[in-house]
Amino acid sequence: MTWDIFVDSLPELLVAALGTLRMTALAFLFAALLGLPIAILRLAGGAAGRLAFLYVEIVRGMPALALLFLIYYGLAPLGVVLNSFTAAVVAFGLNGAAYLAEVYRAGIQAVDSGQREAGQMLGLRRSQVMREITLPQAVPVVLPPMGNYLVALLKDTAIASLIAAPELMLRSRDLAGTYYLPMEFYLLAGAMYLIMAWPMMHMVRRLERRFARGRLQGGAT
Amino acid sequence: MKSGPTGESAPPVLVLAVGLTKRFGEIDVVKDVDLSVRVGEKVAIIGPSGSGKTTLLRCVAHLERPTSGHVAIGGERIGEKLVNGRWREMSDREIAGIRTGIGMVFQRFNLFPHLTALENVMLGPTRVLKQSRAEAEPVARGLLHKVGLAHKAADYPEKLSGGQQQRVAIARSLAMQPRLMLFDEATSALDPELIGEVLNVMRDLARDGMTMLIVTHEMQFAEDVADRVVFMDHGRIVDEGRPRELFRSPSHPRTQAFLRAVVDRQAMIETPAS
Amino acid sequence: MSAWLAVWDMLPVLLLGAVTTAEITAGAFILATLIGLSFAVAQRLHFRPLRIAIAIYVDVFRAVPVLTQLFIIYFGLTEIGIRLDPLPSAIVGFGINGGAYLTEVFRAGLESIHQGQMEAAQMLGMTRLTALRIVILPQAVRVVLPPLGNFAIGLLKDTALASAVAAPELMFRARTLVDKTFLATQIFVTAAAIYLAMSLPLGYLTRRAEARLSRGRR
Repeated sequence: MTWDIFVDSLPELLVAALGTLRMTALAFLFAALLGLPIAILRLAGGAAGRLAFLYVEIVRGMPALALLFLIYYGLAPLGVVLNSFTAAVVAFGLNGAAYLAEVYRAGIQAVDSGQREAGQMLGLRRSQVMREITLPQAVPVVLPPMGNYLVALLKDTAIASLIAAPELMLRSRDLAGTYYLPMEFYLLAGAMYLIMAWPMMHMVRRLERRFARGRLQGGAT
Repeated sequence: MKSGPTGESAPPVLVLAVGLTKRFGEIDVVKDVDLSVRVGEKVAIIGPSGSGKTTLLRCVAHLERPTSGHVAIGGERIGEKLVNGRWREMSDREIAGIRTGIGMVFQRFNLFPHLTALENVMLGPTRVLKQSRAEAEPVARGLLHKVGLAHKAADYPEKLSGGQQQRVAIARSLAMQPRLMLFDEATSALDPELIGEVLNVMRDLARDGMTMLIVTHEMQFAEDVADRVVFMDHGRIVDEGRPRELFRSPSHPRTQAFLRAVVDRQAMIETPAS
Repeated sequence: MSAWLAVWDMLPVLLLGAVTTAEITAGAFILATLIGLSFAVAQRLHFRPLRIAIAIYVDVFRAVPVLTQLFIIYFGLTEIGIRLDPLPSAIVGFGINGGAYLTEVFRAGLESIHQGQMEAAQMLGMTRLTALRIVILPQAVRVVLPPLGNFAIGLLKDTALASAVAAPELMFRARTLVDKTFLATQIFVTAAAIYLAMSLPLGYLTRRAEARLSRGRR
């Protein structure tokens, strides 16, 4: 790759990378918010709980690509037409919500039941116990997996290139085709993903160190 | 402080630690310790937490590399070998070879949870000494019988009490026919009523003539079994002598202070509540 | 309604694709496990340059999308004369990517085994390598079974991306059929259902393994 080609392509790639970041942020928000009610429904049980369970199992049982195609191509004949960016955000959001619902559920269950009982004995209602006691303690537990999910989501957005959504992978593919330089442009794209992901991965590792539960240590004198 | 019983025709020295120092970070946990143990001798090491007694024991086993000084077992340095006139680090394989002659019993037992009691005891002989199962099994069963657990041979560790696990651990070490047994606070992690059964096994072992280096908090046991008691504090050997003298009439003030604190606590347990 | 009947006729083609999906999954899983296990063990033998090299491999391959890695292998390598067919590219791509992930899984599994186990084995006269083999690994296997199961399921779903390099697996067949017949809804729903039929049993088995492991553990 000559220097000129590199310099010419860079602005396009940076704009596309911005698209990637936007898609990641929006999908993450969607997933994080939608995941919570699903988790709570799951924990509550009953018919709604079973529905939530079904949702999680079905969405997580298929590839994200399949969900993407279903939403982008499969809904069109039924009258729902979304542009590629929106379809991607919706698909990743729905997929992420199913994943994060399980993360939330595990985090909530990890809070010792004795905490709940203590709250109840103080006269707190169930919703208050959840809000004041359980959820605040569940937050440190779920932060590392959420961080890991964010990194995974960043990488998943590359899939949206397959429906021509405006993100980094699509742009590198175009450029690779234009200049007949697939190796260079895909390596370049890879490097850009690395640069975007690395700060997030670093932050996740710090979160894990702060919040990870201590392993059993043998006593030593 | 040099150690060793003044004897006329004393048995040969089996363990010789010279100038042993172990540093962790900023702290010298073991400071310039000399220790010798003769064949058949039972040496008890006592002292407060953090005095370095466990670290000293682990240096003898070479589970910790000394910062300076060395340990020799039966005349052979463990961890170092002489190559062209210079001391070089031993390979993992060479150290493993020396360790076949040493048995170690840990505070947390460290039984292998995926193996039955019998399999735990047979593992060393079959995998390290390369014995056949037919050779190793009767010996293993015999050892389990010796520690009173023949009927538990097919049980997994999770089914055994702490005292039972520790006895299996002792049998496991004995299966290698070591000439030296190291005990790292073997009863400290046990419920009080289970301590006795393990101490009894250790007593039998002592009576059979095993050379033993025992780090312990059990003062009565140390007095009964040990030929020599070593008192450590802040990484150094501060006092040592025969059990009767050290326990009944200690001369060193730190020894006195330590024993007073321990004895007071034990007296509290032994005095019946009224 | 006739659309669904048409899809029924397409089922054999889709199922053939599913077989290829299974092949890619199996091949990549084996490759990833071999890489992950060797690297995790290598990291525990005190040799610094190797540890650093492996750490870099893990970080790089976990930061770049697997689709990008796939494209580099299938399209990019042609620039330096290496031309792989879609199926091998997929297996190599997912295998190397998975290897980075599994290195971490196996590493965590090995570390979860208490240090005392290694020391007890060493005091019986075993070398570190023998101890790893006889004492540590059997225990670690039980610990890593659930994450391995989850990884296999994720891998199964990831193989859909191989359709982008024209590997004849399920998603590729589905896309080809959609291009021909325009029955996007029906075909993609069917494809999704087939993925579900493959992943749900795996998920069930993994969860059972997880439950059996947490029982009877002090």
